[in-house]
Amino acid sequence: MAMFSQNPIMNGPSYSFNDAPRVNGPEGARQHRFDPYTDNGGSTLAIAGADFTIMAGDTRLTSGYSINSRHHPKLFKIGGTTADQKDATIVLSVVGFMADGEALKERLDTICKMYRYRHGKPMSVKACAQRLSTILYQKRFFPYYAYAILGGLDEEGKGAVYSYDPVGSYEREQCRAGGAAASLIMPFLDNQVNFKNQYEPGSGEGHALQEVARRPLTRNEVETLVKDAFDGAVERHIEVGDGLQMMVITSTGIEEILLPLKKD
Amino acid sequence: MSGIFAINGGACVAMVGKDCVAIACDLRLGLQALTVSNNFPKIFQYGDVFLGLTGLATDVSTVSDLFRYKVNMYRLREERDIAPRTFANLVSSTLYEKRFGPYFVGPVVAGLDPKTGEPFICGFDSIGCIDFAKDFIVSGTATDQLFGMCESLWEPDMTPDQLFETISQSLLNAVDRDALSGWGAHVYIIEKDKVTKRLLKGRQD
Amino acid sequence: MPGFDFSNYNRNAALCARGMSLPKATSTGTTIVGCIFDGGVVIAADTRATSGPIVADKNCEKLHYISPNIWCAGAGTAADTEFTTALISSQLELHSLSTGRKPRVVTCMTLLKQHLFRYQGHIGAYLVVAGVDPTGTHLFTVHAHGSTDKLPYVTMGSGSLAAMSVFETLWKPSMTRDEAVELCSQAIQSGIFNDLGSGSNVDVAIITADKTTLKRNYVKPNERVPKLRSYVFRRGTTAVLNEKIIRKEDLGNYVSVHELSTAAAEEGGDDKMEVDT
Repeated sequence: MAMFSQNPIMNGPSYSFNDAPRVNGPEGARQHRFDPYTDNGGSTLAIAGADFTIMAGDTRLTSGYSINSRHHPKLFKIGGTTADQKDATIVLSVVGFMADGEALKERLDTICKMYRYRHGKPMSVKACAQRLSTILYQKRFFPYYAYAILGGLDEEGKGAVYSYDPVGSYEREQCRAGGAAASLIMPFLDNQVNFKNQYEPGSGEGHALQEVARRPLTRNEVETLVKDAFDGAVERHIEVGDGLQMMVITSTGIEEILLPLKKD
Repeated sequence: MSGIFAINGGACVAMVGKDCVAIACDLRLGLQALTVSNNFPKIFQYGDVFLGLTGLATDVSTVSDLFRYKVNMYRLREERDIAPRTFANLVSSTLYEKRFGPYFVGPVVAGLDPKTGEPFICGFDSIGCIDFAKDFIVSGTATDQLFGMCESLWEPDMTPDQLFETISQSLLNAVDRDALSGWGAHVYIIEKDKVTKRLLKGRQD
Repeated sequence: MPGFDFSNYNRNAALCARGMSLPKATSTGTTIVGCIFDGGVVIAADTRATSGPIVADKNCEKLHYISPNIWCAGAGTAADTEFTTALISSQLELHSLSTGRKPRVVTCMTLLKQHLFRYQGHIGAYLVVAGVDPTGTHLFTVHAHGSTDKLPYVTMGSGSLAAMSVFETLWKPSMTRDEAVELCSQAIQSGIFNDLGSGSNVDVAIITADKTTLKRNYVKPNERVPKLRSYVFRRGTTAVLNEKIIRKEDLGNYVSVHELSTAAAEEGGDDKMEVDT
């Protein structure tokens, strides 16, 4: 029975219906549970360009089949000098459990502000990315239930996107989708940003075909992709909708765009 | 997904174009994470009707044989080929008969109406609820990925050539983001007077 | 009576007991409503079918035909609502043929509840039954376990609270047809926008003594916005390793197809099949 070997207790010599594995404790025993996490749905997306980074997220906040808010941003500017974050250069997006996501944002923002106060210069995305990983790993055994993506411009002025798992494993990438509709959006990004599975027509036969060469996308192209990706996700995922918040990070600052999405 | 549906893996998609339909599947057969075969097609042809079956491989074989029997019996009794819409209702009733002990399959039906030539596609859940769609149907372990791809790539009134590229790109990119499907693909483009079957180059990992 | 086939049941129960989760059926995590007015009854439904958090069908039909003067709105497991209503529709048609009378809503409701009660809730059909028959206008709800209600306005499904809040604020006794249609439509839209399990369009059926009007997609408040660009690929973008074309005209190469002439058919007169005329 190799088929079921991932579950060793179930691999008894012969299964009997009278001997079904007991899920609950013995008669009379009470199980106490602590459920500190909720999934608040929603989806995020980040794409790095040659000299810009675009971060996006829907603005719906859900629990179960209910909508808690139709405008609850998932994108946060990080590390400005003031509370209004006018001079920020880094954007953090969080999705998963919003309470943890926002706590994480507050922590990272405070750290970036302290860094600026101590060193008299803003934190680089690279440094900020490493620090965020550390924050997440510090809570390895009671994690922030949040999928974070950090976006900004690197030391050379190129777009940079860093994506994380809830316990701090991170990687710099060209593009990344996160949250509820990540599985819907990510293959589309592979295809349209990195031209995966696309070949140059007429460049050969079968295995000899040449792959379509990667080229940096323009800001307009990326904004179009982001909107279309989210429109597709809204059609097929019930937890995504209401509004699309986009932040475009360039050397001149961060531009914020709000677009409507379907509300059903 | 750790369910029965995901033991063997696999994906299938059907799409409507202008006066044509397409149906495509991956070729993987696995046992959990271990790939056993890279030549396990999931599309079956019954006359002019095409049936895609994903899910538990044993049931894919059983159900495909069962429908070959049923379609042959239909042809003998009625002395004509079965129409896609009739076949869809046959699939639905057959699956619902096993409401309390279902086959673990996600069927997809594609074909052209023999009288009008109108494109017809539909999908089912494992107990026979029909999903009539005017655009596309997806099924298998890469369902989410396929929905995302099809929802953004599909558009109405595509020519057979455009439809082939769109369904192929949708399937290939979707299965590349699913660990349980992939390893090549079959694509059928069904037109009024011909059927084109293509084997696609896909990642072998 | 459907002949359910339990031949896979033991195999599936064994798989299930070994820690395999059963597949999720398409469910209509739905909003359905019904409302009586002076001279008839209105039922309405949204058109979203879901499988977990994914929308399986954006424009499905949840208003089911029972008989010309009785219609049913269904929530719960999609296949169960579909087949249960079809089964009872068939029984009611036969009953009406043998008695020579128009089917009654109470008969329909009783057949439904007896069928559902027999299966102890395992058939997950939650229904709103509405119709006009010689005894008057009727509106019922039937739950999967077989319990029923008779009320002037009803809601069911995951959006039932959202829809009921509309009924509780706007409903009044003795409404006109148009008022009732508008009220039901508003109730469904409340479900569409506030309940994640419901979405897309509003379907309405209006049943009066002389006719039934089915308004498929009566309101379409959720049309998809056009895409910003086309994603059609250049021909030859996908790598093909092998291609086989089968033309209808070449089909003779694979199977033998012979057109039988009428003369040839009449030759074997003895073998001629008997045909009912």
